[in-house]
Amino acid sequence: MTLDAFFGIGETVVLGSHVFEPEAIKAFARKFDPQPFHLDETAAERSVFGRLCASGWHTAAVWMKKNLEKNADPSAAVWTGQGSAPVFGPSPGFRNLRWLKPVYAGETITFTRTGLAHRPVASRPGWTLLTIRAEAFDSTGDKVIEFDSSVLVQVDQAPAQGGAVPGP
Amino acid sequence: MTGPRWAFDDLEVGSTITLGEKTVTADEIIAFASEFDAQPMHLDEEAGRASILGGLSASGWHSCAMFMRMMCDGFILDSTSQGSPGLEYVRWKRPVLAGDTLTGACTIVAKRVSKSKPGLGFVTVKSAMTNQRGETVLELENTGMFLTREAVGA
Repeated sequence: MTLDAFFGIGETVVLGSHVFEPEAIKAFARKFDPQPFHLDETAAERSVFGRLCASGWHTAAVWMKKNLEKNADPSAAVWTGQGSAPVFGPSPGFRNLRWLKPVYAGETITFTRTGLAHRPVASRPGWTLLTIRAEAFDSTGDKVIEFDSSVLVQVDQAPAQGGAVPGP
Repeated sequence: MTGPRWAFDDLEVGSTITLGEKTVTADEIIAFASEFDAQPMHLDEEAGRASILGGLSASGWHSCAMFMRMMCDGFILDSTSQGSPGLEYVRWKRPVLAGDTLTGACTIVAKRVSKSKPGLGFVTVKSAMTNQRGETVLELENTGMFLTREAVGA
């Protein structure tokens, strides 16, 4: 097994679906994003969005939830390559986040992940930086969010994998 | 002046808006992680200490959500905000640990009026969240949509 296969490079995985209930939308918004269109149906009707909709941060956080659930699933990729299995570490961040369409109350959102690339981190031997595209779609198939996330992964420096490229 | 304090017209390139303090509790970290990011270093003090993060630490998504709240209280709730189309980047620079007191600042780096929707403008902000030791924990560049004063009749 190659790291490409383990990370699912070029492969889109459906992480699962989540229903955004009105009460959950409001509870998240009260804590973190108390703008009227995330808190109150009537106020939302008068707003640019027209209906109660989830904070964009709520949508992003549920992507993380579904991503972790998928990793814990028995169907998740099991390392069969040389050396010890890669170990996922912290994430340095993400880029190019777009909130493309509001997530309206009651909508069922389906979340996906696509492996984009991985490269050794020159400054941290034994670590590789994996980038993945995160996306989610509503019940009509419209995309509601996308972003490119990255995560540091500790990999076994077996010669078969090439090891880390020395830094400059 | 009537209407919200901050309209598109008031958000001037080069100016900085300072945000209020937020102290993060262990209970808040655990509650957020239990719902959205149930990894050991976000759920348990011991596991956090044993991890690369060095203590019970907030999910990066929790840090983003807390920063959103700081921006809401700092200016968005008293503005003509029409939501956000997205962000260029978020960088999680350092762990946010239980007991940390966070502050933040947003510097306006660009603005333009919408070509398709008169009365609406895009404002791009570079922001940072800082802990009580003056260390940057979060950096982001985000864009917000705001109505002009003329559009809200104020």
